[in-house]
Amino acid sequence: MKLKEKEVVMDGEAFERALVRITHEILEQNQGVEDLVLIGIRTGGVYLAERIRMKIEQIEKVKIPSGIIDITLYRDDFAVGLPRPLVGKTEIPFPLKDKKVILVDDVLYTGRTVRAGMDVLIDFGRPKFIQLAVLIDRGHRELPIQADYEGKKVVTAPQDEVTVLFREIDGQDQVIIQKKIT
Amino acid sequence: MGNDLDRAASRPISDKPSLRLAGKDLLGIQKMDVSEIELILDTAESFKEVSTREIKKVPTLRGKTVINLFFEPSTRTRTSFEIAAKRLSADTINISTSSSSVTKGETLIDTAKNLEAMNPDCIVIRHSSSGAPHLLARLMHVPIINAGDGAHEHPTQALLDIFTVREKKGKLAGLKLAIVGDILHSRVARSNIHGFIKMGAEVHLAGPRTMMPAEVERMGIHWHTSLAEVIPESDVIMMLRIQLERQGGGFFPTLREYSRLFGLNLEVLKAAKPDVLIMHPGPMNRGVEISPEVADGPYSVILDQVTNGVAVRMALLYLLVGGEREADRSSL
Repeated sequence: MKLKEKEVVMDGEAFERALVRITHEILEQNQGVEDLVLIGIRTGGVYLAERIRMKIEQIEKVKIPSGIIDITLYRDDFAVGLPRPLVGKTEIPFPLKDKKVILVDDVLYTGRTVRAGMDVLIDFGRPKFIQLAVLIDRGHRELPIQADYEGKKVVTAPQDEVTVLFREIDGQDQVIIQKKIT
Repeated sequence: MGNDLDRAASRPISDKPSLRLAGKDLLGIQKMDVSEIELILDTAESFKEVSTREIKKVPTLRGKTVINLFFEPSTRTRTSFEIAAKRLSADTINISTSSSSVTKGETLIDTAKNLEAMNPDCIVIRHSSSGAPHLLARLMHVPIINAGDGAHEHPTQALLDIFTVREKKGKLAGLKLAIVGDILHSRVARSNIHGFIKMGAEVHLAGPRTMMPAEVERMGIHWHTSLAEVIPESDVIMMLRIQLERQGGGFFPTLREYSRLFGLNLEVLKAAKPDVLIMHPGPMNRGVEISPEVADGPYSVILDQVTNGVAVRMALLYLLVGGEREADRSSL
């Protein structure tokens, strides 16, 4: 029998602090908000992008544009047996040409989701650049992709499950690793 | 591999249980589940956006081959399927049988087997015989989509009609739909009757008695012999094309009389609800079943139907062709 041991690697406070730090790093690195846009990858990245956007508004008193991308149509796998997610809407209501895009996702793992996300963006236009912000980097990259801003690096085995809970839908902010042990 | 991709799967956008269609084919609405129809509609919503982009393409069906096998002429449906497949990056082949070896006497089964030997990923078929797509679905391993078989069904038309109404009205249950015209010969009417009733709408039919099929009474559907009767209560009025060829068949005395009794014009429309939707599957006979003022007027969603047709067909191709499927499942 395989038991799952749960470990909370980030509680609500650490979650919030990480987001504050990431927001400040984004502003510092890009010297302000000019031409900056936030794009969240469905579904986790969307909540994070919105929180970062609100924090930027608090700090700089400016509302920067934000969008949502769904990578389902750009996946490089259609694995048999995995439940297929419902295709969500991609909403980028502004041109991307010459914009500084901060792409946001919750967990960076193999890098394939981010690869797909970049392909979506490039189909929409030619951004000035794309920077990546993630809450959790769990390692095991299969593509040469790295985050520019990250909340926390965690060590995981490939069979572990990393779950990010959001207060917007789950009632609390939390990051949990479930390890399979026999 | 995709733990991050899996995570999106564990919290789907909608809470609906069905994430796949039941069978490998799309042959008719009559046997579909409500949850399958909802899956197609929800998926189509996301695909609508692709057609508004600068680069109207997503890579999802890259390398897949979709064959449009049309034994009856069509511009609208065939173009819609072709655009849908191309926007998914699939390769499309159009076979219209007037210019193929069917004119040399090749049977449907042989045509199909020959095509299958070239490894297509999907066949979209329109045929004058009811059941032709079902025959192909039994014989072939690839997904078969029914683009109209005889007077039996035209499921993708009904799906895009349902999508359009749902988009404009926000719901389907409890709405009153009137379908007007030559119900007897219409596969569009039949598919829409099945589809809208499944989704909880109330369907009323209107047309000359000579064009009302007998089973309508047996199915318990309300039918009317005058257009004026259905107009006031309808939320949606769907006009069917009167086929000009039918004039000789004794179904109605003259086109002028048909138009006078069943044609939709501004005068007749005065009795309609202020937020009524006017629909037509196309092609229209302007001035016969529908006046130009109504067709081009503010209540008409005829062009929305066409736009939505591409999105719905993209959704279908994605759901049936995208990804790996077990080879032997049939939807019969």
